[in-house]
Amino acid sequence: MEKKTLEIKDLKRDFLMGEETVSALKGITFTVLAGEFMTIMGSSGSGKTTLLNIIGCLDKPSSGTYLLDGVDIEKLSRNELARLRNQKIGFVFQSYNLLPRTSALENVELPMMYNGAISSKQRKEKATHALEQVKLADRMGHMPNQLSGGQQQRVAIARALVNDPVMILADEATGNLDSRTSYEIMTVFQELNDKGKTIVFVTHEPDIATFSTRTITLRDGRIIKDFKNDNKRSATEVLKALPVNEDDKI
Amino acid sequence: MNVSNLLRIAFRALQHNMMRAFLTMLGIIIGVGAVIAMVAIGEGSKASIQAQISAMGSNMVTVRPNSNVAGGVRLDATSVQSLSLDDVQALLKQGQYMSAVSPGVSSKGQVINGSLNWSTTLQGVSPAFLDIRDWPLKSGVVFTDKDVSSAAKVCLIGQTVVDNIFINGEDPVGQVIRFSHIPFKIIGVLGKKGENAFGQDQDDVIIAPYTTVMKRIMATVYLQNIYASARNETVTDSASGEISTILRASHRLKPTDADDFTVRTQAELINTFSSTSKLLTILLTAIAAISLVVGGIGIMNIMYVSVTERTKEIGLRMALGARGIDILYQFLIEAILISITGGVIGVILGVAASSLIRIFLSWPTLVSQSSVVLSFMVCALTGVFFGYYPALKASRLDPIDALRYE
Ligand SMILES: Nc1ncnc2c1ncn2[C@@H]1O[C@H](COP(=O)(O)OP(=O)(O)OP(=O)(O)O)[C@@H](O)[C@H]1O
Ligand SMILES: [Mg+2]
Repeated sequence: MEKKTLEIKDLKRDFLMGEETVSALKGITFTVLAGEFMTIMGSSGSGKTTLLNIIGCLDKPSSGTYLLDGVDIEKLSRNELARLRNQKIGFVFQSYNLLPRTSALENVELPMMYNGAISSKQRKEKATHALEQVKLADRMGHMPNQLSGGQQQRVAIARALVNDPVMILADEATGNLDSRTSYEIMTVFQELNDKGKTIVFVTHEPDIATFSTRTITLRDGRIIKDFKNDNKRSATEVLKALPVNEDDKI
Repeated sequence: MNVSNLLRIAFRALQHNMMRAFLTMLGIIIGVGAVIAMVAIGEGSKASIQAQISAMGSNMVTVRPNSNVAGGVRLDATSVQSLSLDDVQALLKQGQYMSAVSPGVSSKGQVINGSLNWSTTLQGVSPAFLDIRDWPLKSGVVFTDKDVSSAAKVCLIGQTVVDNIFINGEDPVGQVIRFSHIPFKIIGVLGKKGENAFGQDQDDVIIAPYTTVMKRIMATVYLQNIYASARNETVTDSASGEISTILRASHRLKPTDADDFTVRTQAELINTFSSTSKLLTILLTAIAAISLVVGGIGIMNIMYVSVTERTKEIGLRMALGARGIDILYQFLIEAILISITGGVIGVILGVAASSLIRIFLSWPTLVSQSSVVLSFMVCALTGVFFGYYPALKASRLDPIDALRYE
């Protein structure tokens, strides 16, 4: 019996907009096993971000149950949720959400600021390492407004990796990247997955989905397809096959 | 989250908004600076009055005739005739707590030395007076009891008088001067005393035996003052009570009669002046404290703006694992940092202002340690108090709502 990381049952999320109620999720049920690399696809407005926010313990469902590592999220206090977000979950936001006027390095250090067990020396080392992983070693001192969109996205990825979480949630983490860089990022995610981390990855691109082991497709707040991908592509090999082109350089 | 991380975050935030942080601090800076300078002025004047009054001889007790109401007409002290030499005798004879008693009369007039003249006061006292006032001689000798009984025309002169009628620097001792046409032989020069607490020049005086002044100058048998000296500082109140009792008996006052004299100790004088300057200090401090509160409200205002402005940042921090209390501390520390930095600058400014006031306006100022410590603590409290609510508001935000905030 494999360990279930996520167990979601009949999850619903309604937003009250004055008189109207917008149902972003209309009953979602699925289970993610530990070590799975799952992608969520679906058209814009289908509820992917809403679902990911709930999985990331940022938002609470209107109804339904959500067990994370067997623990009912509903029953946790605000502080316990904060601890969970800090140490178990790495979140890559669709809109990056970097702190303005704060260097890339410090942005990556941010989650560790809220982890008392990490010394400032360790913090710096880990942040540097995470930035190296996303190939941003030469941009550590740059402020977000001195970075390109893709570079900002990579800082956000480094920040999600840095606290060594059990589960990484990424909302369109490659949405702004050229295909070469996308593959490089996918290499990083696949490596993390090989190390046993559970990954939930929201994407629009079917091409990206082929690097995962499973893809669920949402439409209008419901799962319309749950596809198990038995021959996942290796991002490292795809990258090798790619012609070396000067224009593709970062 | 540990304190150094919190401080780092707070420093960063202030660094990003230096100008705003400084402007917010300004209220606190002015408030603390004002408190310290105001208290320094109050304390300084109090201390200098106390020093001056005790320089007059802290054991001294003075008696003045009461300007009691006679048929609705208030008479001034010189024309009230209630103190006499008999009273002095009674005090000398019956006093337990007094070490010395001297009668006192004084007359204003012109003193002449050759072609120079000067308007001054002639005081008639007994030799004990100089002990009572704790007033040493600069040169010469004090007149004796024999001089008193013979109403000798001898005198001691104060430094201001010396400066005005002996302008060539000659030795006044042995010279003869005239006061109201009476020649006086100078037998001593008084040590310099400077101004008293009321701003009068104490050295502008000529002192002669009281008999001489009463008989030859004023032609009176009544006294304007009786000066006495308590045995030591602790019995001044007993001495003052004793004087009242003796004088009432000597004046044959009925128990229902009011005193026809007033007894004053130096301690009472000090208290009178201290209480006025205490009131001044309280008033000034209140004004300054109000400006501190205004400064605090400034902090609160800015912190609210800051929390609203940084809602997204708060959401992000929470999403990355900050607990409510981390956010609370972050904003609280920011507020405290503003107020304490403002406080430090304010203290420096206040101390500098007090020094400038002392140097350029020559007002006595005294920066009291307690005012520095107190205003500093008030500052920190201001930060906590006015920073708490905005910080609490921040800490209660919902992560996803805050993150979505535009
Ligand atoms: N806070 C909110 N208040 C009201 N409606 C919301 C809110 N958040 C999301 N929605 C609605 O829920 C639906 C799903 O939104 P969601 O952000 O999950 O879409 P998505 O699948 O991530 O789209 P995209 O691919 O464009 O990012 C949308 O119709 C949106 O309008
Ligand atoms: Mg989305």
